[in-house]
Amino acid sequence: MKNLGAMFERFGGVNLLPVLVAIVAFVLIGAPSSWVTLTIAGLAMGMMIFLMASGLSLIFGLMDVLNFGHSAFVSFGAFVAASVLAFFGAWLGGDSVFLSGLALFLAIAAAIVVGLLGGWFFERVIVKPVYKDHLRQILITMGALIVAEQIILAIWGGTPTSVPRPAFLEGAWIVGDVSVEVYRVFAFALGLAVYAALALILNRTRIGLLIRAGVENREMVEALGFRVDRLFVAVFMVGSALAAMGGAMWAGYQTLISPALGAEMMIVVFIVVIIGGLGSIEGTLLGALLVGLLGNYVGFLAPKMALASNMILMMAILMWRPSGLRPAIK
Amino acid sequence: MSLLSLSAMKTSIGQYAVLHDVTLEVPEGGVFVLLGRNGAGKTTTLRSIMGLWRPSPGSVRFRDRDITTMHTADIARLGFAYVPENMGVFGGLTVEENLILATSKGKFDPVRLKRVYALFPALEKFWTKQAWALSGGQKQMLAVARSIIEPRELILIDEPTKGLAPSIIDAMADAFREIAATTTILLVEQNFEFAKALGRDMAVIDDGRIAHRGSMADFVADKQLQDRLLSLSA
Ligand SMILES: Nc1ncnc2c1ncn2[C@@H]1O[C@H](COP(=O)(O)OP(=O)(O)O)[C@@H](O)[C@H]1O
Ligand SMILES: [Mg+2]
Repeated sequence: MKNLGAMFERFGGVNLLPVLVAIVAFVLIGAPSSWVTLTIAGLAMGMMIFLMASGLSLIFGLMDVLNFGHSAFVSFGAFVAASVLAFFGAWLGGDSVFLSGLALFLAIAAAIVVGLLGGWFFERVIVKPVYKDHLRQILITMGALIVAEQIILAIWGGTPTSVPRPAFLEGAWIVGDVSVEVYRVFAFALGLAVYAALALILNRTRIGLLIRAGVENREMVEALGFRVDRLFVAVFMVGSALAAMGGAMWAGYQTLISPALGAEMMIVVFIVVIIGGLGSIEGTLLGALLVGLLGNYVGFLAPKMALASNMILMMAILMWRPSGLRPAIK
Repeated sequence: MSLLSLSAMKTSIGQYAVLHDVTLEVPEGGVFVLLGRNGAGKTTTLRSIMGLWRPSPGSVRFRDRDITTMHTADIARLGFAYVPENMGVFGGLTVEENLILATSKGKFDPVRLKRVYALFPALEKFWTKQAWALSGGQKQMLAVARSIIEPRELILIDEPTKGLAPSIIDAMADAFREIAATTTILLVEQNFEFAKALGRDMAVIDDGRIAHRGSMADFVADKQLQDRLLSLSA
């Protein structure tokens, strides 16, 4: 048993978990082509969930702020992107890959801008007055989530909104008897690029250094002469923008979205952040991929268990590692 | 004029008053030692100076400036360095990254860096190692190194010898002597042997009040006073 544990650590430790899950699923599913399809779907979903969750993890890590309103940015991102895509419907339907690509770019950019501005407003007006008070944070940010949902209802209405997407992301590639949906590959690649950029910033820049240090020990960073509260506003804005970007991509993935989207994603996002360990984006990525893969495998093998599987995963991981898989050092 | 003056500081943590009346003048230059039994309020005094707790009423003045309500980061920018009791080392960062964060511009002054290497050779050896993997003594060296990697006006150090091996304590004492030649150190200690070799002026805090203030030489000579203020039984 001890040898097994040492082996596990040597070959990557907790980073191996998604691989282990995939192997077990391969055995249980039996049909390789279904397994490939589900795995790609799981990885794509995981990456989108990562975008939604990464900001939340840093926000909690840095300032100990519990933001239940985080998923409002997911909703806004989704609806803003849907509207922008609908506005450029003619480009999406046309033959020009450039124009439909541009429409997609504008949709995601609009979501990001809304996330940045909304994040700034949210932090200054709603979160700042309740620093250091978890109970009030929960109440006020939950309230804000409800208000956001009402705003979305008022603007976009209660009936599900359909999301057009560029022609070049429609359909699937067929490789042998495996079909690979193009949009999933796109979502995975974009998410991976964002992760790489975040990791680079956190590990290679002074701002990143300050964020990592602040997650560990905010007081000490302040005692070294840095205003963590000002840094936090920026982190909050970027985190909200990432959530909005995740929402925009999610909208294109679902192709039909309703105002309850944010509240639905909130649970998943919190589970991912808790599984991963607060304050670390590596942990968040790991948690998101696990949840994405497991969701797809279980959805195929035992559809009735799909919802419960995330909860079970979370409880199992917390029993094994009470502070998550890869928490920031505290 | 003194470098730092605390006047009638009362600091409460939650409902509980920890400091009742701390009045203290710290002159410029050398090591000023603040002694006191466990729980007397030494750490709270340093945290009140750094703006991590807020005294009320009472004031903290640095040179001729009232810093009582200033933000911790702004106090630090005046030239304060703080080495907390738990060392405050960032475990997920390397030794180098810990030190670079303690510079205001993100660049090392090569002369100062050399001096740090000379004082604490272990830091050079483990330069790229993550700080959580250092030993307790090495972490303490890193914490002290952070406070001298740039010129400072005043360094607040909270029980740097706690839990350290005697050989490391000796190295620490040498380092402090050298540091104090060019800056002022306010040193909180329970290790009287360590403190008496370093301090010129000193004070004793007891139950949130300054109970004695004088020169280290006089205090060392007065066994009775030591017993009354520092012994565990009193
Ligand atoms: N965070 C805190 N919450 C409540 N009480 C505290 C806290 N920190 C210190 N105290 C109390 O304040 C008193 C002084 O503590 P401290 O300044 O840490 O003493 P010292 O550093 O001299 O050992 C002690 O009685 C301690 O129990
Ligand atoms: Mg103490």
